[in-house]
Amino acid sequence: MTLMTKMFGAAATGLALTATAAVADPALIYDLGGKFDKSFNEAAFVGASRWAAETGGEFRDIELTSEAQREQALRRFAEQGFSPVITTGFAFSTPIANVAADYPDTKFVTIDGYVDPEANPNVLSIGFSEHEGSYLVGMIAGLTTETDTVSFVGGMDIPLIRKFACGYAQGVKAVNEGATIIPNMVGTDPSAWADPVKGSELAQAQISQGSDVVFAAAGASGLGVLQTAADQGIYGIGVDSNQNYLYPGSILTSMLKRVDNAVYDAMTAGDDLETGVQTKDLSNRGVGFALDGYNEMLIDFDTLSEVYAAAADIVAGEISVHDYSTDNTCPAVEF
Amino acid sequence: MDRMPVWADVVLIPLISLLLAAALSAVAIWAIGENPWDAFALMVDGALMRSSGWGYTLYYATNFIFCGLAVSVAFHAKLFNIGGEGQAVIGSLGVALCCLYIPWPHWTIALLGSTVFAALFGALWALIPAYLQAARGSHIVITTIMFNFIAAALLNYVLVNHLRPVGAMEPASATFPEATHLPNFRDIFAGGEGVLFRGSPANVTFFVALAACLLVWLLIWRTKLGYEIRSQGYSESGAKYAGISPFRIIIVAMLISGGLAGLMGINVTQGEAERLILNSAEGAGFIGIAVALMGRNHPFGVLLASILFGFLYQGGAELAMWTSIPRELIVVIQALVILFTGALDNMVRWPLERVFMAMRQEG
Repeated sequence: MTLMTKMFGAAATGLALTATAAVADPALIYDLGGKFDKSFNEAAFVGASRWAAETGGEFRDIELTSEAQREQALRRFAEQGFSPVITTGFAFSTPIANVAADYPDTKFVTIDGYVDPEANPNVLSIGFSEHEGSYLVGMIAGLTTETDTVSFVGGMDIPLIRKFACGYAQGVKAVNEGATIIPNMVGTDPSAWADPVKGSELAQAQISQGSDVVFAAAGASGLGVLQTAADQGIYGIGVDSNQNYLYPGSILTSMLKRVDNAVYDAMTAGDDLETGVQTKDLSNRGVGFALDGYNEMLIDFDTLSEVYAAAADIVAGEISVHDYSTDNTCPAVEF
Repeated sequence: MDRMPVWADVVLIPLISLLLAAALSAVAIWAIGENPWDAFALMVDGALMRSSGWGYTLYYATNFIFCGLAVSVAFHAKLFNIGGEGQAVIGSLGVALCCLYIPWPHWTIALLGSTVFAALFGALWALIPAYLQAARGSHIVITTIMFNFIAAALLNYVLVNHLRPVGAMEPASATFPEATHLPNFRDIFAGGEGVLFRGSPANVTFFVALAACLLVWLLIWRTKLGYEIRSQGYSESGAKYAGISPFRIIIVAMLISGGLAGLMGINVTQGEAERLILNSAEGAGFIGIAVALMGRNHPFGVLLASILFGFLYQGGAELAMWTSIPRELIVVIQALVILFTGALDNMVRWPLERVFMAMRQEG
């Protein structure tokens, strides 16, 4: 009996210690890939850290280990009064849709996911137009290649990655109609995000088929692709974050997806966060390509002006880049 | 009689192993600057002191029961089936096809249907390694683990190219029709209202798992087939001499084993997600091995060990959420329990046996 009371007491203090810190602090839930993936999830952490450093605020975060924990983490954070609860990864769409109605005072954010705003007015869905950013780096690749052969290495073979590949291929074709595009995927299960050796092998095979520019959208596997490109003297293109600094002179550019800004903005807005659906595209600089001291000598002015013109046309609606995920087809490349 | 009393074998040894694992985990938690006692209290509070915590503990336990039973049935025939993961994945596929393409009128009938499909798909996935072992002598450990990878790739192919609704990002099937949704604990115990078991994924499949425990016990210790399986496990040549065909027993034991692992698909796919997701086995197939080892291949032991691992999973999730103990260290804690209760069994057993022998000689 005494043991039991002791245990209850300890449990209560344990909870008190950990749970009182939070009154409307934001919380961040990473996808299964984990916090430090040098890519997507880490960008979210970087954005949150920047917010914490600038405002002195605090946030709580969790890395998941199983599918069932998605809903659990959402509920536990909401029950403890955290808001907004920010999630990374498209797999959170369904869990948030299941949970949001039970906690009307909590705001939920899904990055890459989509939750119907009519049914769940307290959810903000942030989507990125990755195909537009990929189109621009595709143009740069198409104008830079000397062999008229470029390639793509994706991580896991899912529609999201095909969306990158399809936008890239359209960009290449737009400026270099006869070019050959070789698309490859590292794998079909989540380990494909973390296999730089396989990424390197694929890049090697593509080089032997004549490719001289390779775009890697493969999480940590992409690091192997970029390294091989640098070793073999061809150009690589990075993804999500600015990866130009990794191999100066070898990385042509990076396709940017500003997850960090999305998280930073959501945390800054706090309780006043506007919910609904937001698309981060070229027009609001949610996607784009990186030009900095590491690659400004690699891209000539004609190329840049053509790319900027296309970017303006996309923003103006005069060029429409096909989004693979709308109908699972791609006009520019066969998978 | 140079054996320990039964209670020492089934209770004392696992208990001591657990305490050793807990002590080492405490050292690990202390070493990264957290308080082990607070961490333990948090795990207990999160997993056992709230109804939704129990909901998660029993949900994980349901997965582990099916996979643990699968491993133990095969083990009674001296077959080490480590393909539970793949069999569960294919079982989930069976559940999904059955729920998506057959218009069930009510969940009770849908549950019967998905039970048949899950078991059938899981069993068929185990049939190929079983045949290769029985007819060709290809080692079951190698073939079953290889089949895990084939299953993962197959599921991915089916999801991405066939079952995924157009426009959806996620490699997952469409949500199953309303009529196939299984009642969860909240529906059962709180009529779907209130906070009791709210948001917890435990569902009616837990009772299917309990029934499976009973049926496996009946099969192994109360039927002719169970006797044949155990005979084969004790000595293949002896069983052969008694007229038991090793070919038949290997095939049948693996079919049952694969079927049990496949049944896990009901819990995750139909019970929790209500659609087929890519990560539909969640590693439970491998935890099943630890559960079977710890449960001494007895259905009741498997049940207890499953609840313990359910507690570790749910408690681990609470730790990840409210402390700065990283996810990797929580896996370390779970691994320590597996290591001590499974692999290092003899480390505790031999000294303990010696103590009992000494006591017996004195007495």
